[in-house]
Amino acid sequence: MTMNRRDFVKATGALAAVSAIGAPSIALGDGKKVVVVGGGTGGATAAKYIKMADEGIDVTIIEPNEHYYTCYMSNEVLGGHRTMDQIRQNYDGLKARGIKVVHEAATGIDADKKVVKTASGEFPYDRCVVSPGVAMLYDKIEGYSPEVADTKMPHAWKAGDQTKLLRSQLESMDDGGVVVIVSPPNPFRCPPGPYERASQIAWYLKENKPKSKVMILDSKQKFSKQGLFTQAWEKLYGFGTENALIEWLPGPDNTVVSVDSDAMSVTNDFGDEVKGAVINVIPPQSAGKIAIDAGLADDSGWCPVDKKTFESTIHKGIHVIGDASIATAMPKSGYSANSQGKVAAAAIIAMLNGDEPGVPAYVNTCYSILGKDYGISVAAVYRLSEDGSTIAGVEGSGGLTPSDAPDFALAREVQYAYSWYDNIVHDIFA
Amino acid sequence: MGNSTMTKALAAGALSLGLTAGAWADDLATGKMLVDTCAGCHGTNGNSVGPASPSISAMDPVVFVDSMIAFQEGDTYSTIMGRIAKGYTEEEFELMADYLHNQAFEPAQQEFDQAMVDEGAKLHDKYCEKCHIEGGKPVPDEEDYYILAGQWTPYLKYAMDDFREDRRMLPKKMSRKLDSMLEAKGEESLDALYAFYAAYTDFTSEGAGDDDED
Repeated sequence: MTMNRRDFVKATGALAAVSAIGAPSIALGDGKKVVVVGGGTGGATAAKYIKMADEGIDVTIIEPNEHYYTCYMSNEVLGGHRTMDQIRQNYDGLKARGIKVVHEAATGIDADKKVVKTASGEFPYDRCVVSPGVAMLYDKIEGYSPEVADTKMPHAWKAGDQTKLLRSQLESMDDGGVVVIVSPPNPFRCPPGPYERASQIAWYLKENKPKSKVMILDSKQKFSKQGLFTQAWEKLYGFGTENALIEWLPGPDNTVVSVDSDAMSVTNDFGDEVKGAVINVIPPQSAGKIAIDAGLADDSGWCPVDKKTFESTIHKGIHVIGDASIATAMPKSGYSANSQGKVAAAAIIAMLNGDEPGVPAYVNTCYSILGKDYGISVAAVYRLSEDGSTIAGVEGSGGLTPSDAPDFALAREVQYAYSWYDNIVHDIFA
Repeated sequence: MGNSTMTKALAAGALSLGLTAGAWADDLATGKMLVDTCAGCHGTNGNSVGPASPSISAMDPVVFVDSMIAFQEGDTYSTIMGRIAKGYTEEEFELMADYLHNQAFEPAQQEFDQAMVDEGAKLHDKYCEKCHIEGGKPVPDEEDYYILAGQWTPYLKYAMDDFREDRRMLPKKMSRKLDSMLEAKGEESLDALYAFYAAYTDFTSEGAGDDDED
């Protein structure tokens, strides 16, 4: 029986087995080049999984930041239950695997010449991965801007300095203040995120500033895990009562259309002005800027891809993964980006070897921590539809924490949420 | 890893090659592709870095498939695993099982009570070793083994709670052994066992359990 290279890798199970018996380090990729734009969850996963499967492939990540603060678990920082250091990841593990990490911003991608550009030069590729996350559409809200976000009304929807700013604002706020959270329209990064954030902040207020409250001004009429959030808020934070620590004002009337950073107020579509001691504006979003600039997005502002390989349907040779991609039923979450990174990695290796990409498998798992020993989750297993046009959840699988989950189960979900965090960052960056 | 492991890996790989070739026509992902989706909670190649979600690498393939079906059908209680298990077919579980079986097990690095390890070793030998051989470590050359040593302690505690609260099928033999251990040594005996499994130390059975009635 003759084995092709891919089958050989499969048969040995792991490259480690090969080097252990003294075979020379094999370069199956023949020095083929993969350039990954964006070293976040999707990009770092794809880079690592390509390198793990075939160390002969030359993999370079273009990422301006030397550290990556994960968005997931950053709400715990706001609630005071985790430090910034505990959400900070670095690239040492990927570098040790032989992945090159260039700390520069990509300034352009030329799909015809197959190069990624930065201020210092050009990086040629055989295949490119673009995983830029989201861009904030500041101009959708009058008065909002990057400067306002950096100094007075943080979005903190990319973890980092704005997470620190928002936490310090909560800490210095007087008891009795209103914390306004402006929640964006679909689709956006981390659908349950604004509501987990409200819960974490309410938890902090309950223990430290009990006369204060969180007010969510939403563009939407319903939201992710709504039943479970409502149930938890009633149980933990007096939701629906006079002393509620969380109030939710639904869209479309409560869509925030303008902000005034001097008056510290926001105005909704109905014309009501709401003042806040702390105002967290999470604006509408699109695919990350580099994806838009490279012409990878369609009119929706997001990037259409082949669902089997995540190759752009606009520019061949470029795979768009994570929040920026249009992945039908998969939400814009860290777990989705991680899962998509692996599907893209496997497809890229097959395509570089001239093989047909195999059948993909995708999963999303997402936890929210709403109070002490109170965790909830949503999960889904997806398959590629027969015609390849959609990624759809497997019928009868997945779904939410049951609404009658006993206390011990909610406590376990918190421990599993922490396990989710530790394992996923290890899977991405180590 | 030595030559024998390599041969075994090749043999197992060739086997899955045959399975895969036939299965691809039915649109199945490879075992690796399927297992890669587990890593976000259970660790890369099934080695969890904790603190609670269990490692699934090196599992006995039959045990893996049986466990997944039990999750799927609710015979084994779970918070989230049952919801996810319902998304796969038995054939897919078999592919995952085959891949996981070939992954090297990395024992959990966790704190434990050193003072209780020796007592735990004795209790294990007397009450558990007959089924959970070699101190509950993975024994990939054997069949029908459950990995206890090197597993995350919170997970072992959850599983034990579920056994005792009727949320997980408790085999009769295990039920008898557990009852007699708890009767003789009390609740602390469980903590000693957890310490022993967490320590992942060298272990040689002295046959202390052999004369127990079955």
